[in-house]
Amino acid sequence: MTKTPNELTIAEAARALRARELTVRELWSACVAAAEAKNPELNAYLEIFPADDAAIAAAQERIDAEGENAPLLCGIPLAIKDNILIDGRIASAASKMLENYRATYDATVIAKLKEAGALFIGRTNMDEFAMGSSTEHSAFGKTRNPHDQERVPGGSSGGSAAAVAAHLCIAALGTDTGGSIRQPAALCGLTGLKPTYGAVSRSGAIAMGSSLDQIGPLAKTPEDARILFDAIRGVDPLDSTTIPDGLHPAREVPKALRIGVPRALLGDTVSGDVRAAFDASLAQLEAAGHTIVDVELPTSGHALAAYYVIMPAEVSTNLARLDGVRYGHAARGKSLLDDYLLSRTEGFGPETRRRILLGTFVLSSGYIDAYYRKATAARAALRREYERAFERCDVIAFPTTLSPAFKFGEKSDPISMYLEDIFTVTANLTGMPALSTPMGTAERDGKHLPLGIHLTAPHQAERVLFAVADAVAALR
Amino acid sequence: MATTEDVKKLAALARIEISDDELAKFTSEFDAILAYVGQLESLEIQSASAAEKPALRNVMREDSEPYAPRTFTEKLVEQFPAHEGDALVVKQIIAHD
Repeated sequence: MTKTPNELTIAEAARALRARELTVRELWSACVAAAEAKNPELNAYLEIFPADDAAIAAAQERIDAEGENAPLLCGIPLAIKDNILIDGRIASAASKMLENYRATYDATVIAKLKEAGALFIGRTNMDEFAMGSSTEHSAFGKTRNPHDQERVPGGSSGGSAAAVAAHLCIAALGTDTGGSIRQPAALCGLTGLKPTYGAVSRSGAIAMGSSLDQIGPLAKTPEDARILFDAIRGVDPLDSTTIPDGLHPAREVPKALRIGVPRALLGDTVSGDVRAAFDASLAQLEAAGHTIVDVELPTSGHALAAYYVIMPAEVSTNLARLDGVRYGHAARGKSLLDDYLLSRTEGFGPETRRRILLGTFVLSSGYIDAYYRKATAARAALRREYERAFERCDVIAFPTTLSPAFKFGEKSDPISMYLEDIFTVTANLTGMPALSTPMGTAERDGKHLPLGIHLTAPHQAERVLFAVADAVAALR
Repeated sequence: MATTEDVKKLAALARIEISDDELAKFTSEFDAILAYVGQLESLEIQSASAAEKPALRNVMREDSEPYAPRTFTEKLVEQFPAHEGDALVVKQIIAHD
C-alpha cells in the first residue's frame, strides 16, 4: 500500500521532493487537508495557519536549485506546540492568560527551522503552560488520542503528538519539563526526544521550569527525530544555558550496546503487559547481540517528589510575570492589586493555580529547608548515581509509562496524574538526554494501544540514544 | 496539614483569588501533594563535597549590542492592554489623600 504524502516521514518526504515525485505544494496541501478533516474530532491544533505562499515557493525553488544539498527539512510541514513563539502568530500556551498574545519575535528554534526552509502548519494544543500529562488541562478543550479517541494523547505536548500520529503534519516540536515530549510520544506510538539540558535554545519558549525545560522533536521514526534535533540544536547567545559541543566527555556509539536496567525501580507498579513488552524487548535486544546490565539508582524512588518541589517553585517564579500589566489577559478592578488578582484569577486555570500555590509554599520561609533544599540535594544525588551507572553501560532503559493511554477523567486527582511522570522526570532533574520510542502494544477494551521504551544517556550523548532507538526499531 | 487559612494566605501572596467553593477542594489536594513530597524529609543524602561545582549557576550577559531603537516598539505596544502613543497606561499607585 502506498502512503499518501501526509503519511510520509521527513526522510521519505525529502527524498520524494528531490526525486520530483512530489511538490512542496502537494505535500503542504495533503497535510492541511488531513488536518482540516481530522482536527474537528481530535483537537490536535488550536489553529491551522493559512498557506505561506512565499515560503512554499521559496522551498520549492531551493530544492530545485540545490537538490541533494538542500536541507532535509526544506519544504516539510511541521506542527509547533503553542508555547513556542512564531513572529506575528498567537502563542497562548493553551491559557486564557495568553489567548490573544501575539509573538513579537521568532523563537531561536523557529528561526533555525525557517532558515532550513521548513513550513509551519499550525500551533498545537497542550496542557495550560505545559502543566499536565493528558492535555485535559488546556483552556481550549482536550485533545483525543488517534489510536483510541476515548483516551488521552498524553501531555503536555499532546496536540503535537496527536498531530504527528494522525498524520496531520510530518513531524512536530514539543517541550519537555518532566516528560511532556516522551510520555505523549509513548502514548501515541512516536519517537520523542528530550535533549540534553542546554543542547537546544529556549529563547522564545514560554518558560515553565527554567532548570528543567527543553524543546525537542516528536517524530514518526528515530531518524526523523535526529533530523529535527540536528536542525534546532546549538549554542545561542539569547539563551545563556546553551552549551557548546564537547562540553561533556564524548561517548562512543558501540556496535554492541550495553543497556542498563534498574530492575529494583520497576517493582510491581508497572502494568503486567507493559512489563512483559519491556522484558520481551530486552530479550530481543540481547538476542541481537547487545548486553543487558543491572544498574542501581537508589534515589530514583524520590525523583518524583523532588520534581514536584523544584518544578512548582520555578513555575510560581516564572508565572509571576503574568500580571495583566504589559500583555496577556488584563482585567481591571478598583486598585492595582485588584488588577493583579482579577487578571491572574481569570487568566489561570485550576492546575496552573495549584502549582503556583505549591511553589509559593515550598519557597516560603520555614519550609524552604524541608522541601526545596532537600529536593536540590536529591537532584544532585540522582545525577551522581546516573553518572556512576554510566561507567558500566551506554544507556539506561525502562518503560516510559506505567500503563498505556488512559481514559479522559480517569486521573482526576492531582497525585494520580503526577505519577504519570514517575519515570520521565529524572532526566529533567539530571539534565541528561532521554528518548521514548515504540515497543509493542498493550490491549485495552479490544484496542491495541502503543507503548514506549524510555532510554537515558549521559550528557550530550544523543547519538547513543538514536543508535539504541534504531536497534529497538529494527526488532519490529 | 494545610488549613484553608494557609491556602488563603498563599493565594494572597501569589496574587490569586480562590473562591470559597474551591477552597476546600484545593486544601485537601494540597494536603495530598504535601504528604507525597514530604517523603523527602526522610531522605538522608550525603551533601556533595565543597569542591564540587554546582551544576547550575547564574550568569549575566554583557550589556552590549542593543537592538536599533524602534525595532520592536510597534509590536510590543500592540500587546499593551492600554497605551498612549508608545507609553503603557498603568493605574495610579500612590494615592494623594
